[in-house]
Amino acid sequence: MTVDVKTTAGVSGIGQTGRILYDRESRETVGEPFVEGARMTCRGVNVYYGDKHAIKNVALDIGRNEVVAMIGPSGCGKSTFLRCLNRMNDTIDTCRVEGEITLDGMDIYGKEVDVVPLRAQVGMVFQKPNPFPKSIYDNVAYGPRIHGLAQNKVELDEIVETSLRKAGLWEEVKDLMTHPGTGLSGGQQQRLCIARTIAVSPEVILMDEPCSALDPIATSIIEDLIDELKQQFSIAIVTHSMQQASRVSQRTAYFHLGDLIEVGDTAQIFTTPRHQLTQDYITGRFG
Amino acid sequence: MNNPSSQPNGLNPQGRRAIEIVNAGLARRYRKERRFRLYGISAILASLLFLSFLFGSIISKGYSAFQQTFIQLDIFFDPAILSQESLSTANYPGIVKQSLRQMFPEVKSRQDKRMLYRLVSSGASFQIRQMVLDSPEMIGQTLQVWVIADDDIDMLEKGHFDLEAPEGERRIKDIQLAWVDRLKKESRIEKRFNRILFTAGDSREPELAGILGAVAGSFYTLLVTLLLSFPIGIASAVYLEEFATQNRWTDLIEVNINNLAAVPSIVFGLLGLAVFLNFFGLPRSAPLVGGLVLTLMTLPTIIIASRASLQSVPPSIREAALGIGASKMQMVTHHVLPLALPGILTGTIIGMARALGESAPLLMIGMVAFIVDVPGGFTDPSTVLPVQIFLWADSPERAFVERTSAATIVLLAFLIIMNASAVYLRKKFERRW
Repeated sequence: MTVDVKTTAGVSGIGQTGRILYDRESRETVGEPFVEGARMTCRGVNVYYGDKHAIKNVALDIGRNEVVAMIGPSGCGKSTFLRCLNRMNDTIDTCRVEGEITLDGMDIYGKEVDVVPLRAQVGMVFQKPNPFPKSIYDNVAYGPRIHGLAQNKVELDEIVETSLRKAGLWEEVKDLMTHPGTGLSGGQQQRLCIARTIAVSPEVILMDEPCSALDPIATSIIEDLIDELKQQFSIAIVTHSMQQASRVSQRTAYFHLGDLIEVGDTAQIFTTPRHQLTQDYITGRFG
Repeated sequence: MNNPSSQPNGLNPQGRRAIEIVNAGLARRYRKERRFRLYGISAILASLLFLSFLFGSIISKGYSAFQQTFIQLDIFFDPAILSQESLSTANYPGIVKQSLRQMFPEVKSRQDKRMLYRLVSSGASFQIRQMVLDSPEMIGQTLQVWVIADDDIDMLEKGHFDLEAPEGERRIKDIQLAWVDRLKKESRIEKRFNRILFTAGDSREPELAGILGAVAGSFYTLLVTLLLSFPIGIASAVYLEEFATQNRWTDLIEVNINNLAAVPSIVFGLLGLAVFLNFFGLPRSAPLVGGLVLTLMTLPTIIIASRASLQSVPPSIREAALGIGASKMQMVTHHVLPLALPGILTGTIIGMARALGESAPLLMIGMVAFIVDVPGGFTDPSTVLPVQIFLWADSPERAFVERTSAATIVLLAFLIIMNASAVYLRKKFERRW
């Protein structure tokens, strides 16, 4: 069943024979973690919280205009891995990240890399909707303002409108621009957060269980939105719901206790998983 | 068991037993709750009682100080006395005395005359002087002027004087009482609003003593304290909370800040004496030094309140800002600080209110001196309101008793205003997220 994974040659610190020999504790990944012309590549990523080894030797690509879903039981490290992709883990003092993660060929953990522009390129939507306690307009305009993306008020208005349109929120809030963003419903708040993220024109959007705090109707709206957004962005989404993963994603990665167990086409993962652990999880034997 | 209400359909015997046990204990549980509420209410009532006792005693003692007794004199602005070259150095006490002699021509002996002069305050001659300097054209005229009465007469008018005591032990003799009665009959004695209390500095004469000097001293001192402790406190709190990595050093700093908040304030006074006066050679009794000492005292309070307020800003706001590429500095100034500001302001105002009521550390740096002039700057010798209260409470004159209470009322009014504004700010800027 196991497919031997060969990493691309020349990646620093990783032998040609495959990374699985590199760390004996980690399990080898089954499936196809790599794609042609990937937007983001991760090679030999290890994350430690103090002494705890939270992510073990993970290699994964995020391709152009695709949605990659990350599933797995609680505490498997999928959120931790997601937060490595825009260096949100930097804010945790005890967290240490090893390995190589690139965005369009640039090592994002390189010494010369500044996290501020990186996070503008790799946006993030969080589990709980977290609009700023400001007006709807200011919520969306904040990113373009601090990055200086708009030359004048007209341009800024335009960015705000297109972002809200892309997030499918424009029709609902176009007359409420000065109202506080925190006054919207949960689903609207989450779409506002998505609009805020895409207002700075990122290349990749990371979503950390974006629907877990929402009702089914709001969830389906967000899912439709994700489907549209993939025309323009690469999306990595962490989700607890396997149905959601199967609905929105093209590829699915299954994490288990810090290991990336299996990666593959979403349809294949949910119909004919190759690894026993994946099968146990999607058939509901644990989780 | 035959009671149908305690046997709902479908309840198994075990469930029935559980319900009975719960019901049996209910009364006891409610009794406990009622008792606890009673404790709470009686605690609040007790504190309200003490508070009303405090306010009642201070206000009942102090309200009379807001009025002052005045005596109307027929003042002849005698050209013979005022014809000197310099109007400012003329014999004004002479004019007052002359006027009193004319009103009571039967007083002949030196001793009686001296007692007669004692009816009006020594401030009366300054009052006449000011009138002449303001409008010299009144020289040669006779005008009716209300002058300040002596504090003993003031006390007599306010009923704080014991007339039962034998004459030898009284500060007002029978002959003076007779003069006062005559003045009253001619309605030349009147109580008016005591402006002097709010417009004058300290004085040895109670009727001339005011709190303006102390209020100005408190103002300059608190201004220094605010200008230093607010920015330093916020900067320290923001750095420790948002930027510093948690390690042994920050733990040590945190423990020490908490310790400093508990240090008796007099110790800060000793520190100020040793460092600011003796080492840096700053002026004694100055609001500048007082402000520096109170800054040291209030800083821990402000830092602790600010850190608590920063901690209460939800981390999701920080993540949201960082997630779209705000720098840490932008995250703090655009989002975290505005959300924490109401709490920080509340902490600052409460710290400042504490500084306003503080006297012990200021005694150590010489702000306890007797200072008549109203301070005009940060380095002028001055005192502060609580120290003024302390000084007056120490004075033997009966009239200082009511002034002590009056100054306390003013201090309490300032404190209530400050604390009320803290509550108001918190309510106004409180944001929900």
